[in-house]
Amino acid sequence: MAGEAAADGGQGHEHAAFLAHHFETPKQQFESGKLGMWLFLSTEVLFFGGLFCAYAVYRANHPEIFLYAHKYLDSWLGGINTAFLICSSLTMAWAVHCAQRGQQKRLVQMLALTLLFGCCFLGVKYVEYSHKWRDGLLWGTRFDPAYAPGEHGHGAEPHGGQGSADVQQSEAAGHDPQAGGGAGSSEPEGDAAAAAADAGPAGGPAVERTTLPEPGRGPSGLAVRPGRSGEPVGHGILERPSNVHIFFGIYFTMTGLHLLHVLAGMAVIGWILVRSAKGHFGPDYFTPVDLVGLYWHLVDLIWIYLFPLLYLIH
Amino acid sequence: MTDATNDNLTGHHPLHGSEKGFVHVVPLRLLLAVWAALMVLTVITVGATWVDLGCLNLALAMAIATIKASLVGLYFMHLRYDKPFNAVILVGSLVFVMLFVIFALFDTQEYQPELIPGHAPMIEQ
Repeated sequence: MAGEAAADGGQGHEHAAFLAHHFETPKQQFESGKLGMWLFLSTEVLFFGGLFCAYAVYRANHPEIFLYAHKYLDSWLGGINTAFLICSSLTMAWAVHCAQRGQQKRLVQMLALTLLFGCCFLGVKYVEYSHKWRDGLLWGTRFDPAYAPGEHGHGAEPHGGQGSADVQQSEAAGHDPQAGGGAGSSEPEGDAAAAAADAGPAGGPAVERTTLPEPGRGPSGLAVRPGRSGEPVGHGILERPSNVHIFFGIYFTMTGLHLLHVLAGMAVIGWILVRSAKGHFGPDYFTPVDLVGLYWHLVDLIWIYLFPLLYLIH
Repeated sequence: MTDATNDNLTGHHPLHGSEKGFVHVVPLRLLLAVWAALMVLTVITVGATWVDLGCLNLALAMAIATIKASLVGLYFMHLRYDKPFNAVILVGSLVFVMLFVIFALFDTQEYQPELIPGHAPMIEQ
């Protein structure tokens, strides 16, 4: 059998040029390649699985953080990104279809479209990340929000002024006198209305903020406790829970790692695009297109789960 | 030129699958139908957040996400037509991730009562 393969390979049949000597048929070679790709994808699933586990543990223990902080994210942008990735998955699967059918020109077009949708995804991501950077919605000690959640889109006006129509603002403002009375330790650090009282001028940046929880605060978030004016606070969203920066740590790690995967995928698709333009692929050999497609679909799969978990918390 | 289907190098592989090649080609219509379903499900996912079902919201969102993932996996990633072992690999990795998450959740809930009061708001003090 090996002799037969060698003899056929020597005759220069197009498919045999891509048939490695240790495979008997192109089909076997293709399926082996696919198996290898699936094994790699399973490692990717486990890779992200660790991050999903971190998410699950933190959300189970501190749902108030997630309920509060996810409002900083824009569901519309997230939804548009989801749509972009789904479209890119379609064009990628279409590209594989074209390669299998030998439609060279459309194959190149579909790969180019996949890259285009990927770029759209990157664009929206850039908008999201740059807004967060500008507004101080970052990880760890860099968490320094310029406004309370739900106010974005109104221009990141520092809510040192208390004229905002936001209900949160008026509720928070109601706690101001008490905050001034306490040694600052009972006031959530990000509540700039009180911070303005501390700092004087209606400006956020001048205030020294810390993400360390104040001592002796007791339970925060959804647990009902007397407010500083003596009334029960009730809904935890109205007041910022401690350690909100954890949400953003998780958010940036998960979406950042996903972003790296998108970039890597786009680079590989670009390589496949160049090879397609050179006519390397056809019905007898389309394995690289198929395998890169599998990777790209996995990137889409991960986003399909990231989107509701980060953006659509209820 | 593309003799792959007729040139049985070893002589013992019968043709199966599409006539055009050695592997099944997903019809374009099916790809577009799956894409349309995915877009609709995305809209439903976003719309469902405006309906308050309490803790069911998360379960519903995950259920819809799983349906979408299944569609992508079965049709875009060709698992429906592949040898089952590829699906076993994917499902197996997901099973292990779920085990991972479940055990971590069990563990973290287990120690909550011993943590410093005031820093575990979900546990009654």
